[in-house]
Amino acid sequence: MQRFVDLTLNGIANGAIYAAAALSLVLIWRATRILNFAQAGMLMFTTFIAWTVIDHGVSYWLGFLVALASGLAMGALVERTIVRRVEGAPPLNAIIVTLGILVLLQALAGMLWGSTPRSFPPAFSIRGYEIGGHAVLFSRFDLFTVLVVAAVMAGLVALFSWTSLGLRMRASAFEPEVARLLGVRVGDMFTVGWALASLVGSLAGVLVAPSVFVSPNSFDAILVFGFTAAVIGGLDSPSGAIVGGGLLGLALSYVSGYAGSETVTLGALAILVATLMVRPAGLFAGPRERRV
Amino acid sequence: MTGVARVTLARNLAIAAAAGVGLWVLTSTVSAYANVQIATMAYYFVAVAGLTVLTGQNGQVSLGHGALMAVGAYATAKIGEAVTWPLAAVLAAAALLTAIAGLLVGAAAARLRGPYLAGATLALAVGLPALATRFSDFLGASNGLTVAPPIPPASLGATFPLERWQAWIACAGALIAYVLLANLMRSGYGRAFRAVRDDEIAAQLAGYHVARTQVVAFVVSAACAGLAGGLLAVVTSVAAPGAFTLTLSVALLTGVILGGLGSLAGAVWGAAALVLLPSWSDDLSGALSLSSNVQANLALAFYGLVLIAVILVAPHGLQGALGKAIGRMWDQRRRGRAPRKEEEE
Repeated sequence: MQRFVDLTLNGIANGAIYAAAALSLVLIWRATRILNFAQAGMLMFTTFIAWTVIDHGVSYWLGFLVALASGLAMGALVERTIVRRVEGAPPLNAIIVTLGILVLLQALAGMLWGSTPRSFPPAFSIRGYEIGGHAVLFSRFDLFTVLVVAAVMAGLVALFSWTSLGLRMRASAFEPEVARLLGVRVGDMFTVGWALASLVGSLAGVLVAPSVFVSPNSFDAILVFGFTAAVIGGLDSPSGAIVGGGLLGLALSYVSGYAGSETVTLGALAILVATLMVRPAGLFAGPRERRV
Repeated sequence: MTGVARVTLARNLAIAAAAGVGLWVLTSTVSAYANVQIATMAYYFVAVAGLTVLTGQNGQVSLGHGALMAVGAYATAKIGEAVTWPLAAVLAAAALLTAIAGLLVGAAAARLRGPYLAGATLALAVGLPALATRFSDFLGASNGLTVAPPIPPASLGATFPLERWQAWIACAGALIAYVLLANLMRSGYGRAFRAVRDDEIAAQLAGYHVARTQVVAFVVSAACAGLAGGLLAVVTSVAAPGAFTLTLSVALLTGVILGGLGSLAGAVWGAAALVLLPSWSDDLSGALSLSSNVQANLALAFYGLVLIAVILVAPHGLQGALGKAIGRMWDQRRRGRAPRKEEEE
């Protein structure tokens, strides 16, 4: 029972990270119908930048901010220079291009920082809280993780619901032609969307880095988990991504605890396939038609 | 068999026979190292050609073909250990096993549209190699399983080099795969693949079973990946998880893209590039005395650049771009100096 409680708590903390990764994919999918495989590379790169800052003896928090800022910049840059040219093209083109960006970033990171995994410090202690003489699998850093992701989610909700920028972004994603006729700079909105998504991704990177270490390939699995969580939530809804992240975090924590940590990615694959077989549009989708 | 089918089969067999003679001469003259390179190209060709059928002909993207090659390689190692069949039978069994694995993935894939399939196969590529660690007693953890190198038959002489024999085995596999795939692409199945790729609803109206067609394409392509993995195990004498990372899947896709998405001739160039590029980038970084970090990642950076650049500049791949350029030259010559209206694609 104690183990079950531990795994549940651990699942909640992981779920928050998966939710952030899922959110970074959903924001882009909503706006441009592109599944951003480059996200794993982008958040790996920004985490490496943060690692460099922290490794030079500058404070953790400056590294944290640098990661988020570079995430924002990288998202806008990638959209403006490369992805812009495959928007509206067949899905195959966007898949291959974002995959190319992923590989290119991984190669660049390998050239700059090498392939040795680097340890990344957590913001707070990762020793579990003592409850009744037992250290549970939930630490101050886990609490911080959950709170930060919740804060980002609240910020996004506020942005999309109550600001003019949010409204324009929603309009561009929902009906680009009409938005354009109404004077919205749809292209700029897509750039902002990519920048925001990449910021959320870089947050996920910094939060997960203490447990996976930082190397060019160590975030591939986060992409898989983020995608799975996004699909559970329907790939289209930010709140679905949060719920999907939570559910996946719990499920994978049990898989890892009872079946071995090596099976986690395949567990995610099983959950992904099961979701797509049973409810292809996500757990929360209503009926919908596919346009001919 | 109708007349047309017989002509196609005869033509493909003739091409394969000519290529076989060419490869026989080539492998007999070049060094042992070059023979290993040829063998490597041959098994890359099998995998790239299989992926070409799936992506180019049927329009499905798989990022999991590296993992499917792992299935073939491990199956070859395990079957070869357990029974004393001839190598060809072991490889065929490995391909069959991978096809069954492909059937499982493909059945799910038929319900998954583009990006969903790419995401699911990505999960396969990232997750499957970890199984070697989970079942370390059976699959040998990160060291993998060793495969006994094939022994050249005594009739070839006692001094026949092992590398040439491995190149022959791999090339034979590649030629068989070529004939089978070339025929398949010209058959009703090939037409069904392309019809489904171009317009699923129109294909359905024309009486094609879309899901079944997609599953068939995936299974065929998985069988190729399995054979390629088996040949890899035979040529390198080992099946280890480090060889089947996501990078391998990306490399295979790069080969398909370089080859022009959909032609088997293109797959030859793609496979050759996958072998020559890392070797050239090693030479280049040696000549420029670049650091080992740069050297280790140069080929990978090139794959990334190719994937981005080809899609942005020449979406039909090098083979396609070349064909189009020649076509344009031909066009201009035929029309003389008459002003030509720019045509939209």
